[in-house]
Amino acid sequence: MKNYEKVIEKVILLSAIVATISVALITVFIFQSGLPILIQYGLIDFIFGTTWSPTNGYYGILPLIAGTLSVTIGALIIGVPIGVACAVFLSEILAKKPAKVFKFAIELLAGIPSVVYGFFGLVVLIPAIRNYILPIYQIFAPNVSTTGFSILAGAAILAIMILPTIVSMSENAITAVPHEYKEASLALGANKMETMVRVLVPTAKSGILSSIILGMGRAIGETMAVLLITGNMAKMPNTVLDPVATLTGTIAMEMGYASPTHQQVLFAVGIILFIIIMILNIIAQISVRRLGGNAV
Amino acid sequence: MAQTHLQKVKTFKNIVFYGIIGTLAALTLAALIIIISYILMNGLSHIDFEFLSQDPRKMGREGGIFSVIIGTLYVTGVGIVIATPIGVAAAIYFTEYAKGGKGVTIIRFFTEILAGIPSIIFGLFGFAFFVIFLGMGWSVISGGLTLAMMVLPTLVRATEESLKTVPMAYREGSLSLGATKWQTITKVIIPCCKPGILTGLILGIGRAIGESAAIMLTVGGSLRVPTSLFDSTRTMAVHLYTLASEGLSMERTYATAALLIFIVLVINGTATLITNNLGGSNGN
Repeated sequence: MKNYEKVIEKVILLSAIVATISVALITVFIFQSGLPILIQYGLIDFIFGTTWSPTNGYYGILPLIAGTLSVTIGALIIGVPIGVACAVFLSEILAKKPAKVFKFAIELLAGIPSVVYGFFGLVVLIPAIRNYILPIYQIFAPNVSTTGFSILAGAAILAIMILPTIVSMSENAITAVPHEYKEASLALGANKMETMVRVLVPTAKSGILSSIILGMGRAIGETMAVLLITGNMAKMPNTVLDPVATLTGTIAMEMGYASPTHQQVLFAVGIILFIIIMILNIIAQISVRRLGGNAV
Repeated sequence: MAQTHLQKVKTFKNIVFYGIIGTLAALTLAALIIIISYILMNGLSHIDFEFLSQDPRKMGREGGIFSVIIGTLYVTGVGIVIATPIGVAAAIYFTEYAKGGKGVTIIRFFTEILAGIPSIIFGLFGFAFFVIFLGMGWSVISGGLTLAMMVLPTLVRATEESLKTVPMAYREGSLSLGATKWQTITKVIIPCCKPGILTGLILGIGRAIGESAAIMLTVGGSLRVPTSLFDSTRTMAVHLYTLASEGLSMERTYATAALLIFIVLVINGTATLITNNLGGSNGN
């Protein structure tokens, strides 16, 4: 091996480590910027405080956590059944050629920028909720918020945004089920439907589960779409039509005009967000690794 | 008698099952078609030469988006130029040099983890590190560097996928002819997977153009045409957010959204075409 090749090898190794260094730097700088105020204010008061009013010195992020959780759970309730059904449809029912077209469409869905999703929600979904869902809802709960900016709007848009993740990973998991399983099931007299529901989906369930975890991570981390349609009111929500503020949306919106202390608090919010996302990603990574595939 | 009843139930269950699955799948397609067509139909008619060639006036209420387009090109360009060599080199390491073991598993793991970090966290980091700590301010370079980190995993993965499709025999053939490892990589392997690298590049550009949260915190929102790497500017995605959230001009908001979605669709469509026609075909 020539000498310069040894140098090249070092440079290539260095390039491979850049991603790892990036993760380390991100961790260090987010924690360094937010941890002092987090310790000073107290972790318990920070996480369980119910008043978010940074300009008055109240830094309780429970309303933000509630906001993030409610839109995320809503998105999963809407998105998971649709996503898994799509995956089954793609891998077992649809012929190869149209399935390819369908997958292309799903990829396009993944490529739409989140701010466009948010804008679409703002001009289509919010008025639709206000005009069609609100009047029905008001029969049961007269005092409900009437703007249309709501958990429901956020959850619906997020559900569409996490579909590509859930569909493509679940489809991979279902396709990866050994043929013998399917053949054995059919040979025992089960029809196609019974095979899908009783054999294929249960066998692929860890792959499907990782797709859901990854989709959940995407939903929690999503910022701009949610920012435009959830109303950004840092209050504990009571109904699905209440406006909420999320962890991500609050950071994005308030960072622009925040005072130095306020900025530190937003970094502390970032720490909480970072920890949640890391835990979800690591779980998903480990379970995907066990299945011997790549996360999407 | 009992059996026919059972069969009837089974048939009924089948119909319901296929009906539900089909409907849900159709819903996904419908969502895609509705979103894209709604934005394009409402926005394309407002895009004209004036809109593309004039700078925004009165915070975007009037005028076009010329400086915003330039800003987008600038930031995306810087991000991709930085990320591409690193991404390709990292992929080469993983497929050609890495011999397995704990170290490789760890750096591979962190590359995947980097892909999962949400853009707002990148934004916070970029703000704390590039803007404040390194003193670059809200600028094209701060945003470009942040973007480079964000698109790196996409590039690594796409390049790696295509490097894997190069048959072992090519490497062995080249090496047995007396070529060194590096010659084999540059003269044999990389030419074989140009389409794959290109796909990664295009997907990275697509992601970079659509990015907003991280850009907002690192590039700022100046509406002037940037003249240096250290100028603040605004990208189309950030401009769209500002217009939409402040309700400045509905026409221009639709037009910006339509232009953005059009560009991203063209980019992603091209990437898919390249993958389908050339990817994995060993470059023949």
